[in-house]
Amino acid sequence: MTALRVSVWRGGADGALQSYEVPRYPSQTVLDVVTHIQRKLDPTLAYRYACRVGMCGSCAMTVNGVPRWTCRTHVDKVAADGELELRPLRNLPVIRDLVSDMREFFDKWQRAKGHFEGGASKADDFARVAPDSRERQAADAGIECIGCGVCYAACDVVSWNRDYLGPAALNRAWTLITDVRDVASLARLRAVAGDAGCHACHTHTSCSERCPKHLSPTASIAGLKRAVAKAVVAGKL
Amino acid sequence: MSTRSDTLLWLAQRASAAVLALCVTVHLVTIVYAVRGGLTAAEIFGRTRASAGWLAFYTVFVLACAVHAPIGLRPVLTEWLGWRGRSREAFVLAFGLLLAGLGMRAVLAVFR
Repeated sequence: MTALRVSVWRGGADGALQSYEVPRYPSQTVLDVVTHIQRKLDPTLAYRYACRVGMCGSCAMTVNGVPRWTCRTHVDKVAADGELELRPLRNLPVIRDLVSDMREFFDKWQRAKGHFEGGASKADDFARVAPDSRERQAADAGIECIGCGVCYAACDVVSWNRDYLGPAALNRAWTLITDVRDVASLARLRAVAGDAGCHACHTHTSCSERCPKHLSPTASIAGLKRAVAKAVVAGKL
Repeated sequence: MSTRSDTLLWLAQRASAAVLALCVTVHLVTIVYAVRGGLTAAEIFGRTRASAGWLAFYTVFVLACAVHAPIGLRPVLTEWLGWRGRSREAFVLAFGLLLAGLGMRAVLAVFR
């Protein structure tokens, strides 16, 4: 069994890479590698994970220069030459080692009005949304986001424009704009328009390329641009 | 900038891009066609002088550039230089007027 040569970011923003040798196993994930280092080699290593099965969105890191969810990234696929370089997610402050501070990421979901606002009460009947309706299909296309931050780390516009809401927050806003039960569409369109919102997207599609759930925030942002334009032309914004 | 003005600028850039796609195509096809037998100033002037059609075409081309380029320059200035606010808007407006002025000067020079 061969060993993996693993370089891991240690410390805060002014930290450095530290090298480890980790035994190679069949079907080994990058998260397995990090866990091995912490449990067997260096218990002071800080990293974040919860579900280990691609649901919680906690374990994203930069793996050989690419943001990925580490629990479902097999070493075979990313370390063909037996070397791994692990850093915290780009575009977010590093707390320590492989742990990024996700506050600005989720604060931007709030700024994008990424929460549902319904207009119905308990007295109303259930809303009926046809599964094959255009709005439902559009919402379906973006709804499976796990909030891992991979798209945010992959986005160059985020690194150039610190106010930019980013792909995940805008994708979330789009799934609510297309939710026919939501009543806050105009306020949300106002929140996501402009230089810090959907109009800042250059359609590089890095977010869609890297999204581990194979969503397309780029398409959602394009939808927001159309929706904002329609509202402005109609004089609603 | 407000939501409304940001959005109108985005629409203006989209619309001017559509016009530019057509103008660039016509422009390139004309170049390829015109240089078949060599290219001379006399030949160009022969085509453009007193031609209302070419005057109109290149006027539209220049104005579309003058709308499109400054709007695209705004995020470049912010993302590369961190330049925001009224001074940035004044700069891109001046840049657009410069493009329109220089472009129309060239268009009129080959029309007269």
